Amino acid sequence: MSPPASPATPLVQIASVEKIFHRGSEDVLVLADLNLTVPTGEFLALMGPSGSGKSTLLNLIGGLDRPTKGTVSIAGERVDRLSDRQLAGWRARHIGFVFQLYNLMPVLTAERNVELPLLLTSLTRAERKKHVATALAMVGLSHRAHHFPRTLSGGEQQRVGLARGIVTDPTLLLCDEPTGDLDRKSGDEILDLLQALNREHGKTIVMVTHDPHAAARATRTVHLDKGRLSTAAAP
Amino acid sequence: MKFLHLIWGNLVRKKIRTSLTLLSILVAFLLFGLLCAIKQALVGGVELAGVDRLVVRHKVSIIQLLPESYKARMEKIPGVDLAVHQTWFGGVYQDPKNFFMQTPVVPDEFMAMHPELLLPSAQAEAWKKTRTGAIVGRNTANRFNFKIGDKLPIQSPIWGQKTWEFDLVGIYDGREKGTDTTPLFFRYDYFDESRQEGRGQGLVGWYTVRVKNPADAAAVARLIDEEFANSPAETKAEPEGAFIQGWAGQIGNIALIVASILSAVFFTILLVTGSTMAQAVRERIGELGVLKALGFTNGQVLGLVLAESCLLSGLGGALGLGLAWLFTSRGDPTGGLLPLFYLPKTDLLLGVGLCLALGFLTGIFPALQATRLRVADALRRM
Repeated sequence: MSPPASPATPLVQIASVEKIFHRGSEDVLVLADLNLTVPTGEFLALMGPSGSGKSTLLNLIGGLDRPTKGTVSIAGERVDRLSDRQLAGWRARHIGFVFQLYNLMPVLTAERNVELPLLLTSLTRAERKKHVATALAMVGLSHRAHHFPRTLSGGEQQRVGLARGIVTDPTLLLCDEPTGDLDRKSGDEILDLLQALNREHGKTIVMVTHDPHAAARATRTVHLDKGRLSTAAAP
Repeated sequence: MKFLHLIWGNLVRKKIRTSLTLLSILVAFLLFGLLCAIKQALVGGVELAGVDRLVVRHKVSIIQLLPESYKARMEKIPGVDLAVHQTWFGGVYQDPKNFFMQTPVVPDEFMAMHPELLLPSAQAEAWKKTRTGAIVGRNTANRFNFKIGDKLPIQSPIWGQKTWEFDLVGIYDGREKGTDTTPLFFRYDYFDESRQEGRGQGLVGWYTVRVKNPADAAAVARLIDEEFANSPAETKAEPEGAFIQGWAGQIGNIALIVASILSAVFFTILLVTGSTMAQAVRERIGELGVLKALGFTNGQVLGLVLAESCLLSGLGGALGLGLAWLFTSRGDPTGGLLPLFYLPKTDLLLGVGLCLALGFLTGIFPALQATRLRVADALRRM
């Protein structure tokens, strides 16, 4: 893990973003005139009802989608201007994803799942193995490295997902309802890990959640409603 | 190579489906190999025919005999280097199903005409010294476990009902893999003296003529036919390759038949494998979305899907071609009817090419579909 960056530096800068989806002849406004800044080292929770645009905003920050209008800058780089190919490379270098349904490859062991993002780097096999071992150790799953996802509990699968998200030491960790499919105990374990990553390693985290209990672990919470930021609590 | 475990994992995810598809491809390529071997057995002799050799037969039919005296007349024709004759003996060794060709020849000139037959010089000498001597090809020698020194009793319904006894003095090999090493050759002088009175003394079956310049073969053939025009035994001279082609052509256009069967088989396999790959990609659109979210480019996703389809067809093809190779390397399965039965290297290479083409064609459309996925949409289908 890289040392914590200066908390003052803005890592995510979203300015006047609008996102419209075209469904047949209908245009659906999902995000409207949205401005958001996430400083380096922050653990931000994005809350809001279903359809409020939380996941769309997360997709824009993660370079999985482009805004209809406005700018998205991550660490000073205009992500909205990158081509598909550039975006893929940028995501591999800068973004770690943690999904609600874990999204592990069922045909790969935990170890191989965690290794996936490293296959896109120039690391040797031995180096990749070392990184994977470190990531699995951080989430407390070294002993389950050779297990396939179907033999792991939901909480363990999500920890593998988290290890995959952090194995490349990304600039930004994006979590889409990481505890949404877990029981309270497993969810708390994941939140403990996220909090530790943020506090001890200075990892910047943006987490979408419905759960106020989960949002309470973040250093700041913003609420989205009908595509607009309705509340922005100070850290 | 670092993606191999991912490709392999996806391939064996649905074991029954993959096994059945693999089996279909295996059977298709096994069939390909066997049909190529049959084609080779029927028309392969054309490729091995001497470009400088003509076959001269009776104009009416090959079963009509020609005078032995034609040899000297042919050798006087400009452009002719050597003329040797053979005669169909049609003998039976122990049982009619033990078929192999036998013909009487004049040893020295016959071996000079056919340098593709390799006979040790000591055995060639022994043949010249033994009036009842015969030589046989390795294929037949192995089939009946013949050893030099054996006495071979052979009956010929054509040349009298008696049993002919030959002393095996030599076993020849072929210079090339495709050289026919099934026939038995024995001495013409023994044959001519021993065939029953009134059964064609002084007559022979057909001639093989070597021309001095292969480029003149057609002109020399014309001169030979002109030489014997309006005689009781007119001739038809043609290049050896055309003669063999004519034999095979009696069955039909072998190459076209084989190509037609294989086209139908491969079209079916294309649909089967293509459908498997399309289904495999459809089932894991969400996973492909995850790969893209992690930073895999469209090119890398395309490569993964294509590699999977190529691995599937490559495995099936390699197993099928391997089995065909094993089967055909044991030689003629009919016991003498298909002496040139083997899978040529060119057909094997064609098979490898077909494997790759099958892998590419069955993978490219699902792979393109995978590259067109929008990540955000694909992730919703996990």
